[in-house]
Amino acid sequence: MSRWLLPAAVLAALIGAWQLAASTGAVAEALDLAPYLVPSPGEIADSLWQNRELLADNAWVTLKEVVLGFLLGVVAGVGLAVPIHLSGLLRRSIYPLLIASQTIPLLVLAPILVVWFGFGSGPKLAIVALICFFPVTVATVAGLRAVDPEAIKMMRTLDASRAQLLWRVEAPTALPSFFSGARLAAVFAPIGAVFGEWAGADSGLGHMILLDNGRLETARVFAAALLLTVIALGLYGLLALAERRVIRWR
Amino acid sequence: MVRTEATESAVQEGSPAAATGSDAAVSIRGLHHCYGELQTIENLDLELTEHEVIGLVGPSGCGKSTLLELVCGLQEPSGGALEVGGGRTAAERLAACAFMPQHDVLLPWLSAIDNASLALRSQGSRRREARADAAELFARFGLDGFEAALPRELSGGMRQRVAFLRTLLSGKPVLALDEPFASLDAITRGEMQAWLARALSDDPRAVVLVTHDVEEALYLCDRVAVLSARPGQIVDEMAAPAPRAPDRDAAVTAPEFVAARERATAALRKGMR
Repeated sequence: MSRWLLPAAVLAALIGAWQLAASTGAVAEALDLAPYLVPSPGEIADSLWQNRELLADNAWVTLKEVVLGFLLGVVAGVGLAVPIHLSGLLRRSIYPLLIASQTIPLLVLAPILVVWFGFGSGPKLAIVALICFFPVTVATVAGLRAVDPEAIKMMRTLDASRAQLLWRVEAPTALPSFFSGARLAAVFAPIGAVFGEWAGADSGLGHMILLDNGRLETARVFAAALLLTVIALGLYGLLALAERRVIRWR
Repeated sequence: MVRTEATESAVQEGSPAAATGSDAAVSIRGLHHCYGELQTIENLDLELTEHEVIGLVGPSGCGKSTLLELVCGLQEPSGGALEVGGGRTAAERLAACAFMPQHDVLLPWLSAIDNASLALRSQGSRRREARADAAELFARFGLDGFEAALPRELSGGMRQRVAFLRTLLSGKPVLALDEPFASLDAITRGEMQAWLARALSDDPRAVVLVTHDVEEALYLCDRVAVLSARPGQIVDEMAAPAPRAPDRDAAVTAPEFVAARERATAALRKGMR
């Protein structure tokens, strides 16, 4: 309980300060802006309520992109990590390229993917998956390699095959590491979806933010951003819960 | 090679040893081993008959653990002849040997009984059969009621018991134990030695026990070989006065035992250089 108390208090204080600064018009005045461009938390909450249907429809689109893209990324990440772990050749040949591939800015890739796959959900899923697979792959490879060498010797003399060693020893050993990679991916996934929507979309929270920003609907931009945060936190929380359910031996 | 009757001594009939006509469970001749430039074992001879327990004592870094890995087929020696259960290749040695590492290395996600029956599962038993086989040993060796416990719920001594039963249940004719009780406190270690003595009388195997505890070696083993510092060589070898005697406390205070301990300790000291 006390674990939550302190951050909650800080958050409340920050929101309070923001409310004060925005409702008195201090920020708008300082920045020489029209007051409606600097919405207070109260106004954002109001906008959230007023536009609940519109926001919900668009959040649903983005949520699907995030969750499906995340799942794709996790499957691809584990699917890459296991062969990389099992094969020294792959570890030497593919792994460095994989790490180098992370220097490619995905923001640049997004419009190209839209050109290739169109305005549907395809490019969004691809970008979310591309963002998610990397932390999962790296964390899973590291986890698989973290096995106690004595356990490997013991298992070999107990007649375990390579597959049995992987399944009974290495995979469970890698689980905590895999989950930390997946949690990281969950936090990045909504950013990927927004990138994808900015490159070309007709719905979704990212799409809405882009339009509303042009229309100077600042309160609704904040409301949409808040929902993105909720999606990321929700996914993160679900993963933390799954981790606690799966790893019962700690 | 699949052995389903793991609790039986697999060496009795049809073992590789019988096939090649050699009656030694382990036979080591002129063994030497190097790690790069570093010679860890030099010209070592050792013979171990079926059901014989041999203790290897020596200072840290004398190559005791390496020797166990060579015997188990986890490594290939640089030179010399090495025969375990009648087999010379690493795969044959691996098939004849079960290794118990220094720390219990119980898998934290498996219950005690699933840890103990790991070998049976590798060898193709279904979970239920494997558990049934292991449960019998749990009952016999004081682990009743702890079948479903996770390793973190067990005491150090119990963890070592589970680790030993895991080794035993492999059904292998040769057991390689690497300082099995080094991590336990003195009292528990004494209890565990008595426990292991009973377990081995009940279910005899050829055992290579590596330890740096002279008393442990002399109590548990039929024979004790003292190794020198690197490169490891046998500097003295002696028969234990009362191997695995039922009353451990009496056995280790008997005059012959004390004399043997003095002799081994002296050899150990000389071998340290």
